[in-house]
Amino acid sequence: MGLKSYIESLEPHFTKGGKFEKMYPLYEAIDTGLYSPPSVTNNTAHVRDGIDLKRIMITVWLCCFPAMFFGMWNLGFQANNALDTMGLAGIEGWRGAIISTVAGYDASSIWDNLIFGATYFLPIYAVTFIVGGFWEVLFATIRGHEVNEGFFVTSILFALICPPDIPLWQVALGISFGVVIGKEIFGGTGKNFLNPALTGRAFLFFAYPAQISGDAVWTAVDGFSGATPLGLAALGGVGEIIGSGLTWFDAFSGTIQGSIGETSTIAILLGGSVLLVMGIASWRIVAGVMIGMVSLSTLLNFIGSDTNAMFAMPWYWHLVVGGFAFGMIFMATDPVSSSMTNKGKFFFGALIGVMVVLIRVINPAFPEGMMLAILFSNLFAPLIDHFVVQANIKRRVARNVG
Amino acid sequence: MSTSVKKVLTQPLLLNNPIAVQILGVCSALAVTTSLNVTLVMCMALISVTACSNFAISLIRNHIPGNIRIIVQMTIIASLVIVVDQVLKAYAYEISKQLSVFVGLIITNCIVMGRAEAFAMKNPPGLSFLDGIGNGLGYSVVLIFVAVFRELLGSGSLFGFEILPLVTNGGWYYSNGLLLLPPSAFFIIGLFIWASRTLIPSQVEAADFKIQPNTETSGAH
Repeated sequence: MGLKSYIESLEPHFTKGGKFEKMYPLYEAIDTGLYSPPSVTNNTAHVRDGIDLKRIMITVWLCCFPAMFFGMWNLGFQANNALDTMGLAGIEGWRGAIISTVAGYDASSIWDNLIFGATYFLPIYAVTFIVGGFWEVLFATIRGHEVNEGFFVTSILFALICPPDIPLWQVALGISFGVVIGKEIFGGTGKNFLNPALTGRAFLFFAYPAQISGDAVWTAVDGFSGATPLGLAALGGVGEIIGSGLTWFDAFSGTIQGSIGETSTIAILLGGSVLLVMGIASWRIVAGVMIGMVSLSTLLNFIGSDTNAMFAMPWYWHLVVGGFAFGMIFMATDPVSSSMTNKGKFFFGALIGVMVVLIRVINPAFPEGMMLAILFSNLFAPLIDHFVVQANIKRRVARNVG
Repeated sequence: MSTSVKKVLTQPLLLNNPIAVQILGVCSALAVTTSLNVTLVMCMALISVTACSNFAISLIRNHIPGNIRIIVQMTIIASLVIVVDQVLKAYAYEISKQLSVFVGLIITNCIVMGRAEAFAMKNPPGLSFLDGIGNGLGYSVVLIFVAVFRELLGSGSLFGFEILPLVTNGGWYYSNGLLLLPPSAFFIIGLFIWASRTLIPSQVEAADFKIQPNTETSGAH
């Protein structure tokens, strides 16, 4: 008896009247996670695609891997370098114990860096997954809807946008807020109007600013303070970044301070190009974000300012610092919370691009604007769609009258 | 106590709560709930204004010309708010400074106007007075609920006394900065409404439409 028929033979226990009726969402998740669902479309006109929601979400999850592995390596690389400058031999606690058994603290060794990064990233990811998954299954069981693979994506995205030094209880709190307030109270995946991962991060950002922003949180070594390039730029523009010994290529390849998964533009674009080619991430949104960002930053370059050095920051620097690339590829293209219409996607993307430059350059309070720009645009997505639909109706009516 | 008196006093507490069910008076709920002291004073101010304005308007309800009734109501409410404001300035100056414009803004609080228009214009003075107290208490229930969460988790204290020792003072509790910002009151009121609708299902409106499932496991072909 194969696994498929075994799973199917269990089904009567989980459907209505069965012994484990309440556990149906779990059964369903495992069954359809392994095999194609047996259900078929049964009402009016429809289009079917070979790739369903589950496969879409798993593909996005896999496409995060380049950024994730690079992020772990970079976390270790930054920390080992920091240990070296501070003259320390290693770190203490259980992390230190694991690292000293399987690796060392050599910043030039890929293995050492990766292991160091894993001891920080994996706990964050595990907490995200367990706590967020708990809420997901709880709501699915009580409300009787299915557990959705969207959570795979939410959890990895949330873990990747945390700073390395974040306390794990804050991770748990953040993902709880993101999943419950950002998604489940509106009815679960497909009905949320905000990106749940970003909602969780925004909660942490406003609730515990000391642990998620500033200079001390980006390197996983206690007492080491290193600003992100964006933080440096907020002080003195691009000159300040270059003055600290970083080149554009460093920022592009990702050997800089920052949240775990956001530093390497090239690793993000690697995963992102797969998503774009497969049509999972909308190229229209990505194009919109780029157009918005490039045009406003170029305009600000021309306007210039004597007091604010950020005005002079060219677009290719905006692209590689902070969370811009990560947000553009993985967050802005969230199929649920972005605009649905093709034309609307350009406007939605452009709004993000414009807002992120506005917040980074004009607003003195926040050095990084990607998170707030995307959440802001999420709110406007339904409005943008409304106007696109209305414009289409108007055009067609006008054509008929003539 | 007759049933109508009881109903007038208890219904606004949960069943027909002015904030959680009628969604009135939310803006002051966002502004004055960072500390319990301030919240309690605000609640007392609102209870006295609602009760007294209901009483006064009900007394003259048969003499107010229909087309200028809103203006008359506003005049009465505004006078009462000024009195409350002056009393606070005289006897609780520190708290009145923290409440700043929000005492004055009781004039525009929809609960006060709403009760005057919906209840006091049609009912005798005694009952109207009690209705004002009942609705003021309903408002207070939500405000105190919000303020307990915001003060306890946002600054680790209640009524200014330390309950959860803060990290900045050598304790263990990291204060949650979001709860000191006004949007957090929205979340807490939202959670309150969620709980209240779960407890009292009659508060839930009928769904506008039902989404049909798109797929079927068998019998399609």
